[in-house]
Amino acid sequence: MSSTIRIERVSKSFKAGQPVLHDLNLEIRPSEIVSLLGPSGCGKSTLLRLLSGLERDHAGRLLVDGQEIVAPSRAVGFMFQEPRLLPWLTVRDNITFGLQVRDRRQTEPLVRELIEQVQLGECADLLPRQLSGGMAQRVALARSLATQPGVLLLDEPFSAVDALTRMRLQELLLSVWQRRRFTMLLVTHDIDEALYLSDRVAVLSGRPATVREIVHVDLPRPRDRRAQEMLQQRAHLLEALRVAGSNQLTGYGTPFGV
Amino acid sequence: MRSNTRPATRPAPQDVAAVETRRTARLPTAQLVALALPAALLVAWFVATDVAQLFRANQLPAPTQVLRTAADLAAGGDLFRHVSASIGRALAGFGIGATLALLVSVVVGLSKIVEQALDPTLQGIRSVPSLAWVPFLLLWMGIGETPRVTLIAIGAFFPVYVNLVSGIRNVDRKLVEVGYVFGLSRADLVRRIIVPAALPYLLTGLRVGLGQAWLFLVAAELIASVSGLGFMLIDGQNNARPDIMMVSILTLALLGKLSDGLLRTVERRALAWTDTFQGR
Ligand SMILES: Nc1ncnc2c1ncn2[C@@H]1O[C@H](COP(=O)(O)OP(=O)(O)OP(=O)(O)O)[C@@H](O)[C@H]1O
Ligand SMILES: [Mg+2]
Repeated sequence: MSSTIRIERVSKSFKAGQPVLHDLNLEIRPSEIVSLLGPSGCGKSTLLRLLSGLERDHAGRLLVDGQEIVAPSRAVGFMFQEPRLLPWLTVRDNITFGLQVRDRRQTEPLVRELIEQVQLGECADLLPRQLSGGMAQRVALARSLATQPGVLLLDEPFSAVDALTRMRLQELLLSVWQRRRFTMLLVTHDIDEALYLSDRVAVLSGRPATVREIVHVDLPRPRDRRAQEMLQQRAHLLEALRVAGSNQLTGYGTPFGV
Repeated sequence: MRSNTRPATRPAPQDVAAVETRRTARLPTAQLVALALPAALLVAWFVATDVAQLFRANQLPAPTQVLRTAADLAAGGDLFRHVSASIGRALAGFGIGATLALLVSVVVGLSKIVEQALDPTLQGIRSVPSLAWVPFLLLWMGIGETPRVTLIAIGAFFPVYVNLVSGIRNVDRKLVEVGYVFGLSRADLVRRIIVPAALPYLLTGLRVGLGQAWLFLVAAELIASVSGLGFMLIDGQNNARPDIMMVSILTLALLGKLSDGLLRTVERRALAWTDTFQGR
């Protein structure tokens, strides 16, 4: 159920513009959780969209379980920064949206379990406009997991909710992951989130992005957000990010064209 | 929405219900005014004719006279014949026009190339005034139901087409990407994302299209027709019977209003999910 991701020498540039990704390499083991940190605009979302098949025309190879990614597939789940629920469908129908109709019956228990896991049992029949931001994001999480993907890609999934809700959602994500063990690649701007969730944190350099440093977080779960080791890792990551960011202002391909 | 400001712990269904009722229950005074306005017009009409005798009967017949004529026409079966002929034509024309528009709009809406190739011609045809079609339709199709229904179909086609194409083009790319992520086929993308997302536009198009269908119906029936409300109108004119004309006009108003009300109900039901400004 969980897959390997291999990113081999991937480069990407958009039509009229400087390269966004340059020779990027990263390998992610089954069931591993990896966070991507990096300066704004460096290409994190682009990398995720390439992996999901939403974006195309890159150099290098993107492999999921040894298969080159050519188009979006159900094997790769994607959770956007915004919930992107279909406003005309109820919570339940949004969650089952990705399932093939002929699979509906046999996936029924799975869907019920998912709804319980994301604690939406009481609102399965509500419409998206009746949900709070955090609830909507939980629906989105359940929807991206309903097809039982081996990989889950998350692009700043909890950046739009308050700090407390964010922590709850992180715990929720981990509890779902503990049962299903999908491989996770997560973009975030929140160092604490990266430290709390990941096995490894990949720090990207500024544009064009490459992996600048990989920080291993060898702490058992559940993690204590205030543990001494966490604070040390935090300082370390902050420093790595600062270097990556400063590189962006002096290096090649800055957003200001300097 | 209220629920948006609540932390994401648990839903409060009773809260949601409260929001729902606030949405639908309008001020009763506004509804009273809405009813009072036509009632006042009716009274004014009555006073101006039957009471004060400001108009001659062959100019503006009294409401009582119109009512009597209507009853006579109804008793003789004429009213029913004309009304059913008109409804049949309007529905047939509207059905054909709207269905064609639905198909064409989806193709045009999905493809930039098809739009560039097709849209200028369609816009050209659209700018032809309705009455200008009549002689040609008669020339090509002879006199009979075909040219009439065709004219109505032309009238219904364009509002649906214009609205649905812009509806499709206004579908949020972010929602379409949700479809991509799940590997939806093109047909499923249309059926499960694009058409539902464009539904508000489609329903607006259908409502305007239905209005146009009634409009074009009268145009079709004014000329070379032996039945229908448009024929009643022209027949009343030829025989100097403004009361018959009045019956025709009031029936048209009634039918138009009824059919629009029907579509509005459909619209309200089908669009219960939207989260848009409803007026205050
Ligand atoms: N469709 C596109 N066409 C042209 N340029 C694009 C496109 N999408 C992204 N870019 C450019 O690629 C660069 C990387 O964008 P991306 O969204 O991947 O950044 P990011 O690392 O996710 O940033 P943030 O952290 O702010 O979300 C940006 O400079 C952006 O201008
Ligand atoms: Mg981004």
